Amino acid sequence: MRIEKHPILEFRRNKKISFTFNGEKIEGYEGETIAAALHAAGVKVLGKSLFMHRPRGFYCAIGNCSSCLMKVNGVANVKTCVTDLEEGMVVETQEGKGEII
Amino acid sequence: MREADLVVIGGGPAGLCAAISAAESGARVLVIERNKVLGGQLVKQTHMFFGSEKQYASDRGIDIAGMLLNKLGCFNNVEILTETTVVGMYEDGVISVLHKEDVYYKIKPKAVVVSTGAFEKALAFPNNDLPGIYGAGAVQTLMNVHGVKPGDKVLMVGAGNIGLIVSYQLIQAGVEVAAILDAAPRIGGYLVHASKIRRMGVPILTSHTVKEAIGKDFVEKAIVSQVDEKFRPIAGTEKEFDVDVICISVGLTPLNELLSMRGCQMKYVPQLSGFVPIRDENYETTVEYVFAAGDATGVEEASAAMVEGYLAGLCAASKIGCTPDDFDERKSDYVKQLNDLRSGPVSRHILSGIEQIVI
Repeated sequence: MRIEKHPILEFRRNKKISFTFNGEKIEGYEGETIAAALHAAGVKVLGKSLFMHRPRGFYCAIGNCSSCLMKVNGVANVKTCVTDLEEGMVVETQEGKGEII
Repeated sequence: MREADLVVIGGGPAGLCAAISAAESGARVLVIERNKVLGGQLVKQTHMFFGSEKQYASDRGIDIAGMLLNKLGCFNNVEILTETTVVGMYEDGVISVLHKEDVYYKIKPKAVVVSTGAFEKALAFPNNDLPGIYGAGAVQTLMNVHGVKPGDKVLMVGAGNIGLIVSYQLIQAGVEVAAILDAAPRIGGYLVHASKIRRMGVPILTSHTVKEAIGKDFVEKAIVSQVDEKFRPIAGTEKEFDVDVICISVGLTPLNELLSMRGCQMKYVPQLSGFVPIRDENYETTVEYVFAAGDATGVEEASAAMVEGYLAGLCAASKIGCTPDDFDERKSDYVKQLNDLRSGPVSRHILSGIEQIVI
């Protein structure tokens, strides 16, 4: 899902890093958001909605709509569209409100 | 409690310009931005801007952000806080901020410019919450900032400038655009963009809307139908599109929470796309020392937001005692620039909206 050739933009990708999504190892690049890395790997469903448990993806990409909330390193409700990916991150889909520690 | 002269909330086009003109006037400026990077939505705008030279016409948004930041970097009376969100604005003038979700503190500035921008509207139809349905801005972020495709085949909803420009950008990124829809009987964006897209073989269906999205975990299909003059779907006109992305480009709405919280008198103005603050010609709201600029005062476009920012920054600085010698000339220049930008027929509705909020 990554763009390789573009007429205007050049994507200088930083260091490759790995993280896990629901236990599965995935690679992304330093400097991109968690949601972007997941999307590049073909993951579109990031969580399940509060009451109807319907699948949720990301919508606004500016940290405003709460559609991309996930559990990251055990912390629920992380806005993955504006949170940078880090080496070894443990990313999980979130059910409803998520567990609050 | 931290003291400050002028706080600018939001480091997008309006906020950066407000900070520049206030700093030029001699005010000590503190810019607060919730993102890691400044520039707001400019950082993903690969298209060339309109307007005149003063608003960076024919430059690309991605380059304009850099130019504004360079300009801002020349001042030693500007401080920038990134990854910092303003979470509250109170009656006594105190604003509370949260840095990186774990450092919380209060600031008491002499004046504030709120330039929080806008965010994308959604559209109501069955299954509109499925993954694969994104705002046009989100698609731009994914493609132009991160270099990731939103999917393989897109249905674009909205034939305004954003819908047309993002469709073109999708094609540039190697994504197929199945069609562009608009419920209105006419294309809303500039025809020069529309003809470019049409020449590339993308149909633009006016008087059409999405009837339903189909899919289990994510979008697999979109059903569209024609609408009558009252925007009601016409039975029997349904068409099916095999798409994995539905891109919603039906406009933005001002981010106004802080202004409401602070007690600024707000008004719902459809021409400005939502609740906006009542203000005077200096962009000062009904709460003294609270100024606003850019899309937060009414959704328009980045060129106007930049000029509004310059004007609000100049007036806010002056309000707290930093009035440059050429205040009057600068102010009238900004006013002239705004009038020029809004002189075309497309801006008529914006002007009729502004009329309703300026006191």
